[in-house]
Amino acid sequence: MVEHRPLRDLVAYIVLSLGVLIFAFPVYVAFIASTYDAATVVSGNLPLTPGGRMLENYYRAVFVGGSRFMNQPVGVLLLNSFVTAIGIAVGKILISILSAFAIVYFRFPFRKTAFWIIFITLMLPVEVRIYPTYKVVADLRMLDTYAGLILPLIASATGTLLFRQFFMTVPDELLEASRIDGAGPLRFFWDTLLPLSMTTVAALFVIQFIYGWNQYLWPLLITTKDSMQTIVIGIKKMLTTTDELAEWQLAMATAVLAMLPPVAVVVFMQRLFVKGLVETEK
Amino acid sequence: MANVTLRNVRKIYPGGFEAIKGVDIEVGDGQFCVLVGPSGCGKSTLLRMVAGLETISSGEIDIGGRVVNAIEPAERDIAMVFQNYALYPHMTVYNNMAYGLRNRRMPEAEIKTRVEDAARILELGTMLQRKPRQLSGGQRQRVAMGRAIVRQPKVFLFDEPLSNLDAKLRIAMRVEIRKLQRRLNTTAIYVTHDQLEAMTLADILVVMNGGKVEQIGNPLDIYQKPATTFVASFIGAPPMNLMPLDGLRRQLHGADAVPAEAGQLGIRPEDFELGETVPAGGVGLDLRVDAIEHVGAETYVYGSRQDADGDDRLTATANDVIVRLPGVTAPEIGARIRAVAPRAKLHLFSADGRQRLPV
Repeated sequence: MVEHRPLRDLVAYIVLSLGVLIFAFPVYVAFIASTYDAATVVSGNLPLTPGGRMLENYYRAVFVGGSRFMNQPVGVLLLNSFVTAIGIAVGKILISILSAFAIVYFRFPFRKTAFWIIFITLMLPVEVRIYPTYKVVADLRMLDTYAGLILPLIASATGTLLFRQFFMTVPDELLEASRIDGAGPLRFFWDTLLPLSMTTVAALFVIQFIYGWNQYLWPLLITTKDSMQTIVIGIKKMLTTTDELAEWQLAMATAVLAMLPPVAVVVFMQRLFVKGLVETEK
Repeated sequence: MANVTLRNVRKIYPGGFEAIKGVDIEVGDGQFCVLVGPSGCGKSTLLRMVAGLETISSGEIDIGGRVVNAIEPAERDIAMVFQNYALYPHMTVYNNMAYGLRNRRMPEAEIKTRVEDAARILELGTMLQRKPRQLSGGQRQRVAMGRAIVRQPKVFLFDEPLSNLDAKLRIAMRVEIRKLQRRLNTTAIYVTHDQLEAMTLADILVVMNGGKVEQIGNPLDIYQKPATTFVASFIGAPPMNLMPLDGLRRQLHGADAVPAEAGQLGIRPEDFELGETVPAGGVGLDLRVDAIEHVGAETYVYGSRQDADGDDRLTATANDVIVRLPGVTAPEIGARIRAVAPRAKLHLFSADGRQRLPV
């Protein structure tokens, strides 16, 4: 039973609304800034209503490019980010679902050890092992490539753990029924386990897409060509100037554009995402 | 159409635990064999060994004249119904039944015929396109049955298939399973812990305890002539009254002598009558009524044994006796009654309960 008390509801709504305002306001300011010229933004007296340069600013950001240090149009950066984020998300899902499948359903020597080694990598994110990782990627001549952007970020334990936990809730009888129905391990994986895992896959996809999209340090290190840079780095580089005015309005337009794909992913996959994290009934 | 033969089958787990301690069972073609026993007695393990889901440590399992020890479950020509049904949650009812056949590369037209036949028999015709979660417990149970039927296997294996259903449905499905098995004339092995299910379904009843077979036989024979005190107390509800023979030996000596090694006496609740005179060679027990249960058609009287002077005769656990009386008339609680049973209705066992002795 849910209690219904109008006053309590009102307070809850006020607190939540305040929270939304606090989080949304900077985003709103970024959007407003992207609709004025550089001088207005820098003057410090930014109005709170949109200005008239929106189309021009976005046109320049998407098709022309910003400062002298960042001459690639945002379209290219968006594409790079998109390829990287999709690559990381899909790669992680593939690797982790298969490794979890092996760990849960097969008995092989050192199975526990394998699991613990995977588990331990949780404590070693890219930032910690950045020098050796850079060395490996450089030796493999993967600097300034999509492979270099994607591969080092794929290996991680979170996905494996998530799938392992999910697989352990799948009743053993389903596997046994499959065996009696004449399905081998791969057929069981493909016909039964994968369809049941779809919500978990969706949840992991959302998390990893955003993780990949937001990467800053790693792309900054291994990409030198402008044409290989991701949008998060692009925003930063747009603001690097020597003596002229930084084109804040373009940076803000780029930032707004950079927000859209992750937001779209969350909005479209939100229902599956929530189900994947909380669902218990199989 | 196949016999199933188990020859000295054993299951020893890697930890050294011996779950099955040498079991021999012979199930004839088309017979319905029920494995019954308390939880942990190994009955499910044994069934899973027949299915091929557990390895066989030693001994042989033979299905239709072929030793299947090293054969994969899918190749054993069996079908299994699980306790939780194990339906594929993401597949429709149709696909649940068709899945095993597709894996065998059966032509789609034949699959369709078989599934539709099974659906008709099980009255699932209108539900073929639904998902399992949209079905009631009884319907899921029938889909699980359907999945077994379409395969047209040599043997059906049932692992407590009715224990997730409510009491009324359980009785209905019990009858349905029996009818279906007779109609298809397929050998079946059925595991349950419910002795009523076991009695009503079985052609051959196997009572198991602690990884061993206590008794195999026709259910009525087992009921009437339990081989051990375990079987005596497990089969029948309420259970057979078992008591030490000591003080009663004199009563029994009236007609024929009692074997010297007899140590325990058993009497089924329904074999008692209320009366004053003890039949020659029979037994009369003086009871104080502790509790009464009215079931409708019959009444159970729970009494404790008394001496003639009214003192409690034995320790608390050993002196409870259940008497079944027909109808609804019953003595008052606290009343003194005498329950008598004729010689022919008595069961005698050795002191350790492992052996049945002639009365």
